[in-house]
Amino acid sequence: MLDLKKIRADFPILSREVNGKPLVYFDNAATSQTPQQVIDVIVDYYSNYNANIHRGVHTLSQEATDKYEAARHTIQKHFNAAHAHEIIYTSGTTHSINLVASGFSSLLQKGDEIIVSALEHHSNIVPWQMLCEKTGAILKVIPMNQDGELVMAEYDKLLNENTKLVFVNHISNALGTINPIEEIIEKAHQVGAAVLIDGAQACPHVKPDVQALDVDFYVASAHKICGPTGVGMLYGKEEWLNKLPPYQGGGEMIAEVSFTKTTYAGLPHKFEAGTPNICGGIAFGAALDYMNAIGFDAIAKYEQELLEYATKALLEIEGLKIYGTAKNKTSVVSFNLEGIHPYDVGTILDKLGIAVRTGHHCAQPIMDYFKIPGTVRASFAFYNTKEEIDTLVSGVKKAKMMLS
Amino acid sequence: MNIQEIQNEIIEEFAMFEDWEERYQYMIDLGKDLPLINAQYKTEDNIIKGCQSKVWVHAELEGDKIAFTADSDAIITKGIIAILIRVFSNQHPKDILEANTDFIDQIGLKEHLSPTRANGLVSMIKQLKLYAIAYQTQLN
Repeated sequence: MLDLKKIRADFPILSREVNGKPLVYFDNAATSQTPQQVIDVIVDYYSNYNANIHRGVHTLSQEATDKYEAARHTIQKHFNAAHAHEIIYTSGTTHSINLVASGFSSLLQKGDEIIVSALEHHSNIVPWQMLCEKTGAILKVIPMNQDGELVMAEYDKLLNENTKLVFVNHISNALGTINPIEEIIEKAHQVGAAVLIDGAQACPHVKPDVQALDVDFYVASAHKICGPTGVGMLYGKEEWLNKLPPYQGGGEMIAEVSFTKTTYAGLPHKFEAGTPNICGGIAFGAALDYMNAIGFDAIAKYEQELLEYATKALLEIEGLKIYGTAKNKTSVVSFNLEGIHPYDVGTILDKLGIAVRTGHHCAQPIMDYFKIPGTVRASFAFYNTKEEIDTLVSGVKKAKMMLS
Repeated sequence: MNIQEIQNEIIEEFAMFEDWEERYQYMIDLGKDLPLINAQYKTEDNIIKGCQSKVWVHAELEGDKIAFTADSDAIITKGIIAILIRVFSNQHPKDILEANTDFIDQIGLKEHLSPTRANGLVSMIKQLKLYAIAYQTQLN
């Protein structure tokens, strides 16, 4: 059981008002809120040991380096990576994906195939389209069904010896579907393809074990897991990271430079050119510590309760349709009111202090599939309550009354 | 009435509303009432993609004034369009170019004209001004 009162007190933002009403924050799939424990770490960094890392001999630089590398170990432990140098700090999921895509541009040949899923976020489609244009590789898509689940029989048909790379999100941002990544990874490996899993939406709800999954690359953003924006990570198996060329040139990623030749640094520094988001990396570690102290099992169990409660209450509203009805889904409810534009519903909810996302959620192909301009998406975190869901339900009823 | 007079009239009307609900209900009703654009002009060419809601705009010169028609797939956006059309349509290109939209702030709808709102309205106003430039050139 979660101590909701104590947890909510950790998040200063949850006690503010919006448009004169208590904030109900249901846009957690876009970004999560930050607990005081993480805010304190950020303040402490800038107050006490702000310095550039890995190169200074002075005390502040040493302290900052120690904390930054300690956070890398926290991240390694959290994802159960075999080595700390398999964790590459990035600016977030999008950066991580682009790093892998850029690396593969030197490994792919004309006629090679890349498979992505129909449930992808834009950021998971565009880099691969660019990669295919550059290399002559072919992009193939695993389709989804009416419930928003991937059609695995079609995936089997797409795989062949030309498949070099498979990209699937662990959990869909628009619909909340939890994808069968174990099966996806295993089957890809059978044809010798590498697999990248986008864990941006999964990491707030589950604790992925990259070794148990046997995944080649796994990416995540800190800001969806109670950490700050602008920092994330790429996990890559050592053998794969060694195969990929550096992504950007700059400081930190080199061992030796002369005008004729540069020797690249080893992992992870080869992929970490320039001064990184030091404070962000340290706060990322603190955010994982915070969530692990609460416990992912307890979080997942409570969020499922919220999901069931919200689904039932919302479906009682006549004319409300939920998109994404997969058996395995996380605490996201994407919905529309019949004949009413999601933008209008979101606008009225905002006036009532309720923060939801409206629009296509950067997943236009999914919206095209359902032939809708977008949805209203309410996404719940472990610090939300059933009372807040009641507020949402009465807000949606009010929006319906005003708009129809 | 000139643009300034219409804007003052709208400000007076909105002053009668007690709270946001009344303001929004009024805009929603405006959005519901008006067939704002002739179906033949609701084309891909006339669309302004706002990400969140779509906006269509059409302009025609009638004498020395521009007649605007427009529409949106979201009703609150459409309600605001109705207000903008009331202000800018059937005016001289020169007056349209000189006018501003500060009155929107005064009637409590500022957030809808924020460039980050992605509802197509900021682009729509730019489009109205571009039409005004084009027709003014034509009239000269």
